[in-house]
Amino acid sequence: MKPFAYHQPNQIPDAAKLLTSIEDSKLVAGGMTLIPTLKQRLASPVALVDLSKLGDLKGITDDGATITIGAMTPHVVVAASQLVQTKIPGLAALASMIGDPAVRSRGTIGGSVANNDPAADYPAGVLGLGATIVTSTREIAADSFFLGLFETALEPGEIITAIRFPVPLKAGYAKFKAPASRYALVGVFVAKVADGVRVAVTGAGPGVFRVPPMEAALSGNFDPTAIAAIKIDTDGLTSDIHAEADYRAHLVTVMAKRAVDAALS
Amino acid sequence: MGEVIGIGAAPKRKEDQRFLTGRGNYVSDIKRPGMTAGVFVRSPHGHAVLRGIDKSAALASSGVIAVLTGDDVKADGLGSLPCGWGITDAKGVPMKEPPFPMLAQDKVRFVGDMVAFVIAETPEQANAGAELLKVDYEVLPSVVGVLEAVRPGAPQLFDDVPNNICCDWELGDKAAVEAAFKKAAHVAKLSLVNNRLIGNPMEPRAAIAEYEPGTDRYTLWTTSQFPHVVRFLMGALVLNIPQHKLRVVAPDVGGGFGVKQFHYGEEAVITWAAKRVRRPVKWVASRSEGYVSDRHGRDHVTEAELALDENGKFLAFRVNTLANMGGYLSTFGPNIPTNLYGPLLGGVYTTPAIYCNVKVVFTNTVPVDAYRGAGRPEATFVLERMVDVAASEMGIDRVEIRRRNMIPKEAYPYQTPVLVQYDSGDPMGCLDGALVAADVKNFGVRKAASASKGKFRGLGYSTYVEACGLAPSRFAGRLGARGGLYESATVRVHPTGQVTVMIGTHNHGQGHETTFAQIVSEKLGVAFENVDIVFGDTDRVQFGMGTYGSRSLVVGGAALSKATDKVIVKGKKIAAHLLEAAEADIQFEAGKFSVAGTDRIKTFEEIAGAAYVPHNYPLEVLEPGLEEQAYYDPVNFTYPGGCHIAEVEVDPETGTVTLVNYTAVDDVGTVINPMIVEGQLHGGIVQGVGQALFENAVYDEGSGQLLSGSLMDYCMPRADHLPMMQVSTHSTLCTHTPMGVKGCGEVGTIGSPAAVINAVVDALSHLGVTHVDMPATPNRIWRLLQNASLPVAAE
Repeated sequence: MKPFAYHQPNQIPDAAKLLTSIEDSKLVAGGMTLIPTLKQRLASPVALVDLSKLGDLKGITDDGATITIGAMTPHVVVAASQLVQTKIPGLAALASMIGDPAVRSRGTIGGSVANNDPAADYPAGVLGLGATIVTSTREIAADSFFLGLFETALEPGEIITAIRFPVPLKAGYAKFKAPASRYALVGVFVAKVADGVRVAVTGAGPGVFRVPPMEAALSGNFDPTAIAAIKIDTDGLTSDIHAEADYRAHLVTVMAKRAVDAALS
Repeated sequence: MGEVIGIGAAPKRKEDQRFLTGRGNYVSDIKRPGMTAGVFVRSPHGHAVLRGIDKSAALASSGVIAVLTGDDVKADGLGSLPCGWGITDAKGVPMKEPPFPMLAQDKVRFVGDMVAFVIAETPEQANAGAELLKVDYEVLPSVVGVLEAVRPGAPQLFDDVPNNICCDWELGDKAAVEAAFKKAAHVAKLSLVNNRLIGNPMEPRAAIAEYEPGTDRYTLWTTSQFPHVVRFLMGALVLNIPQHKLRVVAPDVGGGFGVKQFHYGEEAVITWAAKRVRRPVKWVASRSEGYVSDRHGRDHVTEAELALDENGKFLAFRVNTLANMGGYLSTFGPNIPTNLYGPLLGGVYTTPAIYCNVKVVFTNTVPVDAYRGAGRPEATFVLERMVDVAASEMGIDRVEIRRRNMIPKEAYPYQTPVLVQYDSGDPMGCLDGALVAADVKNFGVRKAASASKGKFRGLGYSTYVEACGLAPSRFAGRLGARGGLYESATVRVHPTGQVTVMIGTHNHGQGHETTFAQIVSEKLGVAFENVDIVFGDTDRVQFGMGTYGSRSLVVGGAALSKATDKVIVKGKKIAAHLLEAAEADIQFEAGKFSVAGTDRIKTFEEIAGAAYVPHNYPLEVLEPGLEEQAYYDPVNFTYPGGCHIAEVEVDPETGTVTLVNYTAVDDVGTVINPMIVEGQLHGGIVQGVGQALFENAVYDEGSGQLLSGSLMDYCMPRADHLPMMQVSTHSTLCTHTPMGVKGCGEVGTIGSPAAVINAVVDALSHLGVTHVDMPATPNRIWRLLQNASLPVAAE
């Protein structure tokens, strides 16, 4: 690890100011991706701005038609939340499948969404539910937030403060874990919401994406059989030592079916 | 006063007190006054000419003390890393043995090859300095696979090693095998890959070296399974340090699995550097560094053929293997795919003729050497897969074909056609026991239950034997060993009757401090808590070859047994004097010396006291003191074996293989501590399951980059991958080891890969699948199912 300055502001504006005023500074939330990168000397920010003292970023609130989860809420809290388990069980299930107990204790929803790892679980839940990303300056719809491999719509100095999830009619997540990393080799989040069905896929490509043909089929018939014959184009899907693109494409269909099953159960 | 805890008991492990309370003493726990930190600069290229190294920016970096390179090694006239085995080809021509410099000279030959060592005040400063080192590489094409490496036109690692072939080795009667194939009713053929593995011990490698100018002595603390061998190889052959001026300490070591049983260049560089900078130097590998520098295991490509008569009797077995050695010859490298592979191809069967050819091949990968099982898992996998293929092709039940060919219990000792003679065994007994334990007769019910859920269930057998307890020195010498393979033990009885044992094996997870104490407790009748085992320090322990090849109990335990016997012999002499009886009339039992037929006794403690306070003592004929030493060189290997039965369920939708049941019935000879044996079997089986289902070291062909260089990409088996295992023993006693022990450290790893893969193939056999290469990953299984045009449930 290379030396860096460490800041722990108490207010969001202070954090934003540090971020914009110090060139090469980075936010640290749970640090589940950043800290290993620092330890491997692959990143060497001048300063870290730690969000852990911003108490109002933690916690889950019931807004009736939506649930708002503070950006610094760790996965274990989401997984164990009675509220989330009752209103969006698919999201609680997703949180319970992330990494291992240590990661779930430290890792945060805001960190995961801001990092936008192509195999992370939360982007599928956020996009699948059509959530809203609340930042220090504005609100961003999930559909315009995730821009591809580790890329998001966040501007420099912009800090995610919460994610607001609409409560769906039904939702489910199915994940085929990469055996070594336990990231999603393919993860599919399916949500039946007021205006139709949304299907979001993580792990299969360079970033989370939706599957319109499946959404159309499920909007007509919310049942696994409705999408069993829908094949995903392998173009643009990831091929690596763990899974070839056509296998990932196949898994999208299998996991989508299982996600629908989970939503119905 | 504690109690005697002897052979067959299962006390909790003595060493766990310190391990479980965070009081272990590992190399990275050690701090020396004035200690510096060292970092190795490693080649980022698989194959390149080393055109030059500019040290200036690194040397100018804050805190940097020295930068050492291959040119400095050359200037100091130091040797290259020695290979402990010299094998020869069929014509008696020695293997090609290019030098393995401790820091690269002229060329780098794998990603991770060491090019420089940067020493600084702190690890951070050493890392920063290392990043400033300018190394000028002329990158060359890499070759990483054995098939590619021997093709005409392949990149050549060494100018004087044509086609990258180190040695074209063979074993067995080629003509007899050819004749048998001509008269065979059936010939079964199989091509397979034995996947490359990375050991991943919990504790990464580390070393500290210190030089004392006042005594001209060096001390090296290193994560090693064999400190005396490191002292010999490094002192005598690399650094020219006299043995009495070099102390090597291997303290608590967090797992080895073979990875730590080699003399590594890092050890030599650090020891040499400590004298140059006149300060202690410490290096601790990162996990990432371990991936590209710990020696790898396995990596074979094999073609095998089995000739059978019309009844399914094996007539002859022919095996042709290309074995990957990596970029250089490591300590045991060429021995593993040859001497520890060919002689095991007989298995538990009466196959009369066997021929094996192994081409040992250099590639641009980390050097390959012994990894738990070492050669024997590869042999077992080829043979046990081959038996299943033959059974399937001839329409003979897989258990029945094994029975027809198995060596009957009464045929032992059994001479195989491939050098080794098995002293004892009962493979049929292990098979029968396992069939019952695995509830094979109700497998059909379980298979139907799986089918009703859309899953395919399969059962796989592996009836295997291995050779361990390495090794008889004379035999090993004939095969090319350049050292001996005996073991030594000293039993020091203190004046108060407590015992300290100095033993040449090394405990890094095997429970030696417990098992060996049980042997002493039983034999001398002293309390278990009054026996301590000392190992891992060349200044404290007389000598030793270390721990590998399931040899610690078999060879080290035998030396300990012999030394203990000598203590009893001397004790009897002392007792005879004190009891005024003839030595022949003295009996020793349960810690008491007595005159036969009388109630006159002296306790072990009284005898120990007399030996050290010899007021009333036969000083004219007997030395004072009670300390005895023994060296033991076995007359043969030991041959543990058994039957493993794996049961798997395959999800055809995703290709996922789930191991649902695992049964092992093993013959490991006398069991000293059943809890430790069970733990060894569990661990060994899990490592074999890892190879079968999860682990795979993958290199990129052109660049030589390791693609599976982290725990994120190299899948180690985890608790949730495994079922509860049923493990038991069905032992016959070894006829030539003092206690009848056979060794148990590697049996699990040797028996299990074939059992698991045979089960996977069985699960898919109705689709025409005849072989699955390891690891049987979901993607690989799915691909097979696609090719089998299966009407998958998903579609």
